[in-house]
Amino acid sequence: MKIVYERPKTLEKVVNHYCPGCHHGILHALIAEVLDEMKLADKTVGVAPVGCAVMAYNYLDIDWIEAPHGRAVAIATGIKLAHPDVLVFTYQGDGDAASIGLAETLYGAIRGVNVTTFMYNNAIYGMTGGQMAPTTLLGMKTTTSPYGRDPKREGYPVKMAETIALQDGTAFAARSALFNPRAITETKNHIKHAFELQMKGEGFTFIEVVGTCPTNWGMTPVEASEFAKNEMVKTYPLGIKKDVKGSETR
Amino acid sequence: MSEQALKVVIDEELCKQCELCVAICPVHVLRISSKINSKGFHPAELFDNEKCISCGFCAMTCPERAIAVYKPEVEKA
Ligand SMILES: Cc1ncc(C[n+]2csc(CCOP(=O)(O)OP(=O)(O)O)c2C)c(N)n1
Ligand code: SF4
Ligand code: SF4
Ligand code: SF4
Ligand SMILES: [Mg+2]
Repeated sequence: MKIVYERPKTLEKVVNHYCPGCHHGILHALIAEVLDEMKLADKTVGVAPVGCAVMAYNYLDIDWIEAPHGRAVAIATGIKLAHPDVLVFTYQGDGDAASIGLAETLYGAIRGVNVTTFMYNNAIYGMTGGQMAPTTLLGMKTTTSPYGRDPKREGYPVKMAETIALQDGTAFAARSALFNPRAITETKNHIKHAFELQMKGEGFTFIEVVGTCPTNWGMTPVEASEFAKNEMVKTYPLGIKKDVKGSETR
Repeated sequence: MSEQALKVVIDEELCKQCELCVAICPVHVLRISSKINSKGFHPAELFDNEKCISCGFCAMTCPERAIAVYKPEVEKA
């Protein structure tokens, strides 16, 4: 028999610290797989966030730098200025990229910084114990919205992929997910496309990835995947929001 | 080395018993075993090698990438 699926080389063979069934691990693996396929691992710098993915640097065998909370795109901008030939990506949570780091993320797009940002959207501050995030769904209960998020009090969920897509400096903005093999394949295609655009110098590339947080959602991993598929996508519709090279490859 | 016999090989030490692979397998040939790994998780296992279609859905879905999938070579007529 021949092997058809194996662990990507760039994914370090260590047990990660994520909770069982958390989709962060799936996204790590996809990035590693694409770097393997594009043979780019040796010329890639990742910027890790503050959030559950704070130790992402332990899991992908590439160069990394750790950013203060929300500042990943600012740091990525500096790396890219110093090393324009290097593939640079940020790996961030929704709290990191859309709350404390909203200005940095948005200005990455406005300025057309030639880096790729992954925003893992689990609609919550996972690492700190499940507080409401700007991405929290209406009605969703968190430790800081115990009666459910009420838009009259807490406003509406932020639509990052759409917001980034509106900016002229954006080359690619999409939202995908990880709840089944089809969604996973779509996400992988987006990653590959975004990296290709970056290597051609097209501008800011942004992939919002709808993920899960079984622990703080109070669900089993299987229930959390179902919730992502059935509920998260109602507020966060999947698809490509902007693609400067749209007609060519897709 | 002997010929690879099983279509699915799960690294039991990496498994966290999340059951995503069990839920996603289209032909229902995975389950949580009664074994126990050093972290205290019961790793998933393949219980019907014949029925597995080597689709790789389990490997793609596994957040730990604990699963390797093998496919039988097409037999020459
Ligand atoms: C300057 C600063 N403010 C607040 C915090 C506390 N803090 C740590 S992680 C986090 C939010 C994490 O949420 P998110 O980015 O969505 O990542 P997740 O853990 O959900 O993947 C916050 C508020 C911090 N570490 N530093
Ligand atoms: S707290 Fe949530 S986001 Fe963080 S590792 Fe656990 S399940 Fe994943
Ligand atoms: S390869 Fe496909 S059929 Fe075989 S165990 Fe995995 S999901 Fe099931
Ligand atoms: S998906 Fe991976 S970690 Fe989860 S039960 Fe299956 S083999 Fe174990
Ligand atoms: Mg989050």
